[in-house]
Amino acid sequence: MTPDQIIILLSGTLGIIFTYWFFFAGKDTVLEAAGPKVNIKVDGGYKPSVIKLIKDKPVELSILRSDPSDCLEEIVLPVWNIKKFLPLNKEINIKINPDKKGIFPFHCGMNMFHGKIIVED
Amino acid sequence: MKSDNIQLQQKLTLEIEGMHCASCVKLVERALKKVPGVTKASVNLATNKAYIDSDKEIDINIAKNEVNSVGYAIKDTSRHSENNSEMDQDPSLAEMEKARQKMWLSWGFSLPVAIWMILEMLVSPWPNMYLFNLGILILSVVPIFFPGFATLNTGFKALKNRTANMDTLIALGTTVAFITGPLSLLTDQINNYAGVGAMIMSFHLTGRFVEANARGRASQAIKRLLELGAKTARVLQNGQEIEIQVENLKVNDIMIVKPGEKIPTDGKIIEGQSSIDESMATGESLPVTKKKGDTVIGATVNFNGLLKIKVTKIGEDTFLSQVIKLVEQAQGSRIPIQEFADKVTSVFVPVILMLAIFTFTLWLAFPDKLSQFSAIFSFFLPWTKNIAVISPLSRAIFATIAVLVIACPCALGLATPTALMVASGLGAENGILIRKGEALQTMKDVKAVVLDKTGTITKGKPDVTDVLLAKTAQILSEGSLLQLAASAESGSEHPLARAIVEKAKKDGLSLQKVTAFKAVSGGGIKAEVSGKKIVIGTDKLLQEENVNLKEFDSNKVEQLETEGKTVVHLSIDGVYRGSIALADTIKDDSQQALSELKKMGFSVFMLTGDNLKTARAIAEKVGIYAENVLAKVMPDQKVAKVKELQKKYKVAFVGDGINDAPALTQADVGIAMGTGTDIAIEAGDIILVRGELSLLVSAIRLSKAAYNKIVQNLFWAFFYNIVAIPLAFLGLLHPVIAEAAMASSSITVVTNANLLRRTVIKT
Repeated sequence: MTPDQIIILLSGTLGIIFTYWFFFAGKDTVLEAAGPKVNIKVDGGYKPSVIKLIKDKPVELSILRSDPSDCLEEIVLPVWNIKKFLPLNKEINIKINPDKKGIFPFHCGMNMFHGKIIVED
Repeated sequence: MKSDNIQLQQKLTLEIEGMHCASCVKLVERALKKVPGVTKASVNLATNKAYIDSDKEIDINIAKNEVNSVGYAIKDTSRHSENNSEMDQDPSLAEMEKARQKMWLSWGFSLPVAIWMILEMLVSPWPNMYLFNLGILILSVVPIFFPGFATLNTGFKALKNRTANMDTLIALGTTVAFITGPLSLLTDQINNYAGVGAMIMSFHLTGRFVEANARGRASQAIKRLLELGAKTARVLQNGQEIEIQVENLKVNDIMIVKPGEKIPTDGKIIEGQSSIDESMATGESLPVTKKKGDTVIGATVNFNGLLKIKVTKIGEDTFLSQVIKLVEQAQGSRIPIQEFADKVTSVFVPVILMLAIFTFTLWLAFPDKLSQFSAIFSFFLPWTKNIAVISPLSRAIFATIAVLVIACPCALGLATPTALMVASGLGAENGILIRKGEALQTMKDVKAVVLDKTGTITKGKPDVTDVLLAKTAQILSEGSLLQLAASAESGSEHPLARAIVEKAKKDGLSLQKVTAFKAVSGGGIKAEVSGKKIVIGTDKLLQEENVNLKEFDSNKVEQLETEGKTVVHLSIDGVYRGSIALADTIKDDSQQALSELKKMGFSVFMLTGDNLKTARAIAEKVGIYAENVLAKVMPDQKVAKVKELQKKYKVAFVGDGINDAPALTQADVGIAMGTGTDIAIEAGDIILVRGELSLLVSAIRLSKAAYNKIVQNLFWAFFYNIVAIPLAFLGLLHPVIAEAAMASSSITVVTNANLLRRTVIKT
């Protein structure tokens, strides 16, 4: 192997490691629900993407999509059997009752954008 | 006057804001009870709703003030608000039109690019290399940055959020391709792929447009449901007919529905008779005759009579709203087989990005070895022919773009939801409501179908089956015996009495006036009809009344009783004159449906509280094997019986949704049979709107077909990615072809799901 090749392979490996770190080790924006209403902005992802709820305190998720991509036009909360169409720039309210503890993911219609709801005591 | 009071009983649902604990519930309830007219208020914390009973119309403003005074708020009366958001489900036509324009604008520039590039490949760059590169670059700006702006925007915005999706792949693919354009003007080490980027974007936009159209078709069933309802209603107010919006209807309003009009909401006929087309609600293709006292479903069409209808349900409580809610729930539910696909899609795009870096690195490090390999295929794949003559950097870019754009997470993500959407819509149109998507998967393993006899195989109410005349009762015909019996029974509410009256009416017999009517509890009735003393009831009652039973034929009566029939006897003026046998009759389509089930390979079991003899008599008629009859099963033993069968088979239980709820829940698949309007059933995975067994066969067929579609779709989506990505990695796929393949892949999945609509599910 020539030194050129070694340098290329090394940088490639670093690139892959960086990509892994970038997507899988990144920090999520966490929101602890304080009141009965949680605002979620949908713009290139969910903001916040992690929501902490307290068990047995029902909340209303108020979701506003401002991203025109149809990739984000649906939100799915599988644990609650909810799949909602999110019209552009129109707030959609979803009520959930976190009656069990755990981590419950939510995602877009195709499961590429993710978020999770953490229910604690 | 008393009836007026009853009419004024009102129910109202309000949405309360700001509650977060059980003590809030009490506070709000107390506040609502202070509102004049409110007789009962109960608040549900989970749904944030207050359910109010009142004996007069309540003033909503007073209620608002009361609730505000304790620190909460009433949301604007939201009877219809829940559905509003769904109304927007239709990606507006304007948006579709915009997508179409984008697509054509993009092709307007990409097509000349394509022709120019093909000429270059086949002949030579025209007019010269530099101008060719410059021209292609300029033409490519438009498709990539104008129609493609939204894609780039979302793709890169996702990256900013440290997440990635389809758009990210396309955005990266097209930008990398575009950048080679300006670079190619500076150095001949780099080939110009800007044109390739333009074509990728055009194919991407085309794919998106076609896919959105196809997905629109997949969801059209629910859209149609939403559009079904009437917009206005004509109501009687102070003796005047006025037209109001359906949203403003209240329970107990009197609606006037003319022939040819839609019934605005659920109600009860108080005047008139008509045949009603209920096909949109129940899937029943023949019009149904309805008369005073019958319930009608909102959005069904009144054919030929003028009807006065009292409103019984409004807003979210109506049949149609319930159907929509169920269909939506089903579409949001999960199917186990999807779990693996879900795991894959959730990491798919980042993994592809890593793979793209890997591809780039390898092609840059070992260009010759990889080129030698791809050159083997140059006979079939013309673009691999000159791969050896272009620079290693260009070769690496070529393969990397192909990897970025060929990966198709969409096909994986769309495979299950689209099929589920089409299936639940198709079901709803036919009177089959799938509550849990999981049932579709479980159904394929079900080997035994257990049916509760009453109400599923049989009608669940008695019918007159035989009329027996006393030997020397020539003075009577069967008809006149029935007429006398029906007349005497007309005052009774007993199911047997009603069955006799119904039979007489059906035979066109007129009822005579009855006097001195007296019901004997547990025995029968005594009455006088046209001066004749009539006793109808058990043999014991007749004995007690000292009736002359000389002509009583106990053999014949016993015979009827062994057939599972109930026999009542009639005497006129103290002499026994005949008997009437009644039985819970088998539904018209039960036998055919059950033989269909057996043909499909299911073991069919019947469960009943009847004694074994009676049960077997019915089982034999519908073709259920005697050993599959589970008789003398008390209601509370049904669950145990299902459990017992579950040791041997996966079991589907079919029963009515109210009494059989525990057994429906216990079974692997619970199928609840509705009676038409009541579908707010909490138990059961599948609900049959009509009480016909043939619908059960349809439901099973639909489940199997839907599951097959899901499997096909998932297989295709995985197969495509597993085959295509390595090909792209090896430099064997031209990026434009890769993008076209990827776009058609997700279209294939959605189209295949739409094909489910062609499945014949009716028997």
